[in-house]
Amino acid sequence: MYKKDIYTIQSNEPLTPAVYRMVLEGDTQYVTRSGQFINIELEGKFLRRPISVSDYDATTITIIYKVVGRGTEQMRAMRAGQKLDILTGLGNGFSTDNDAKRPLLVGGGVGVPPLYNLAKRLLSEGKRPTVVLGFNTKEEVFYAEEFKALGVDVFVATADGSMGIKGFVTDAIREAAIEFDYLYTCGPLPMLKALYDNTSVDGEYSFEERMGCGFGACMGCSCKTKYGNKRICKDGPVLKREEIIW
Amino acid sequence: MVKHYDTSVELCGVKLTNPVIPASGTFGFGREFAEYYDLDCLGAISFKGTTRDARFGNPTPRIAECTSGLINSVGLQNPGIDKVIAEELPHLREIFHNPIVANISGFSLEEYEECCAKIDKEEQVEIIEVNVSCPNVHNGGMSFGTQPESAAEVTRRVKAVTKKPVFIKLSPNVTDIVAIARACEEAGADGICLINTLLGMRIDTVRRKPVIANKMGGFSGDAIFPVAVRMVYQVANACKIPVMGCGGVSSASDVIEMMMAGATAVQVGAANLKNPYAAKEIIEALPKEMERLGIERLSDIIGIVK
Repeated sequence: MYKKDIYTIQSNEPLTPAVYRMVLEGDTQYVTRSGQFINIELEGKFLRRPISVSDYDATTITIIYKVVGRGTEQMRAMRAGQKLDILTGLGNGFSTDNDAKRPLLVGGGVGVPPLYNLAKRLLSEGKRPTVVLGFNTKEEVFYAEEFKALGVDVFVATADGSMGIKGFVTDAIREAAIEFDYLYTCGPLPMLKALYDNTSVDGEYSFEERMGCGFGACMGCSCKTKYGNKRICKDGPVLKREEIIW
Repeated sequence: MVKHYDTSVELCGVKLTNPVIPASGTFGFGREFAEYYDLDCLGAISFKGTTRDARFGNPTPRIAECTSGLINSVGLQNPGIDKVIAEELPHLREIFHNPIVANISGFSLEEYEECCAKIDKEEQVEIIEVNVSCPNVHNGGMSFGTQPESAAEVTRRVKAVTKKPVFIKLSPNVTDIVAIARACEEAGADGICLINTLLGMRIDTVRRKPVIANKMGGFSGDAIFPVAVRMVYQVANACKIPVMGCGGVSSASDVIEMMMAGATAVQVGAANLKNPYAAKEIIEALPKEMERLGIERLSDIIGIVK
């Protein structure tokens, strides 16, 4: 189920020069799983902006977005108290209904946010998640401390080596010799593919695609899987490793 | 005393409680919208363009945003006519009890014939809408819709295999819409539906590449409303058969404007994708708009502008 409602901005603050965190207040009952997304209506824009949910509780939804175009530029300028028309509860999200005891969470850039609530969820279920976060450079790193504050092991990889392990997330996994029995990941397509090729455990991969409606009607974001055609917005964005066709 | 505002219309003998119909391709088979609201408020539903065989459609990205609209290049993704009849129609019947408009697309005369003959047997389908205007498939339906002779030929072949009212859905990407509409009318069409999307294109100036994988796609949304009103007006004035107006409708006021231009029923397309409640909200706003404009019976204003 999902809901269209009006939400009030509680805060909107930068985490890095380009990445912002916005906390929205309103009805959160339809956000039921980590890895779901919301679709925000912006004044003067025909299509809504789909942004993944980083965290949620009984009254708030937290999103973390990168300013990449005119829509997110508009969002950056928004202030507390402003109201937004939003569809919530979209997408399937990550499943924690598996036997994994030591899941690995790998996020790349703005793929990091949805893993935050997932880490909390896994911890609450008594599992021991490890987190690997990949960025291009030190200036782009965000949320490493927030993950650490949850009490999980966090490894940061930067492509230029300016922070943490030099290289990609796959280098970090190898160098830190992380042991894991399940993989959750969200990030750019080349990173997802590299993880798929360099690991063998089961897992869930969150994909990104340009969307029209965001709730499964327009077929704008279809992809082929081993289980048939799926819509990234409605049947995804999370696909199981076994069904992915690259 | 509260006045009663009569929103009912009749399309080729099919009675609709109101003229608002979600347009094909923006409403799937109703499933996603039934999660938001009771679909029975809708006058009818035009379901996703269906072809003989299942189609995945075009590569992604398929969507490009524009000022007051979007370009799509979905490419007629659908499960194929047999699966639509076996799985989608029975489910649609559970969640929707008003008339169903079957949107049929094809790549050959035989395909149109075959699909229409199959859908003719489905009781719950009350109107067939033959799409000869999809801009997103290579050598697809559009080639039939851009010439009077070929549009007429599709009409004749389809009419021969069904007793249901047949509406031909036309493309705006032509030089003389009236000639094509008239050719369909002469070939036996029971009505005309227009307009489908306008062929458009966007370029990502950073990557120096088209935004859409298929390069071009169909432009829809508020921006195309004036083009739709113009074409509805031209066709309604040139033909005797009823017109379903479509293109950029996003308010009750737009519905009335399009009816004044000559539309008997009005389809709502891209607006559904921006706001899943769009069609319902438009219907709810109709009585107030009728009151404002001094209209008691919506059917009185069809084609009132000469």
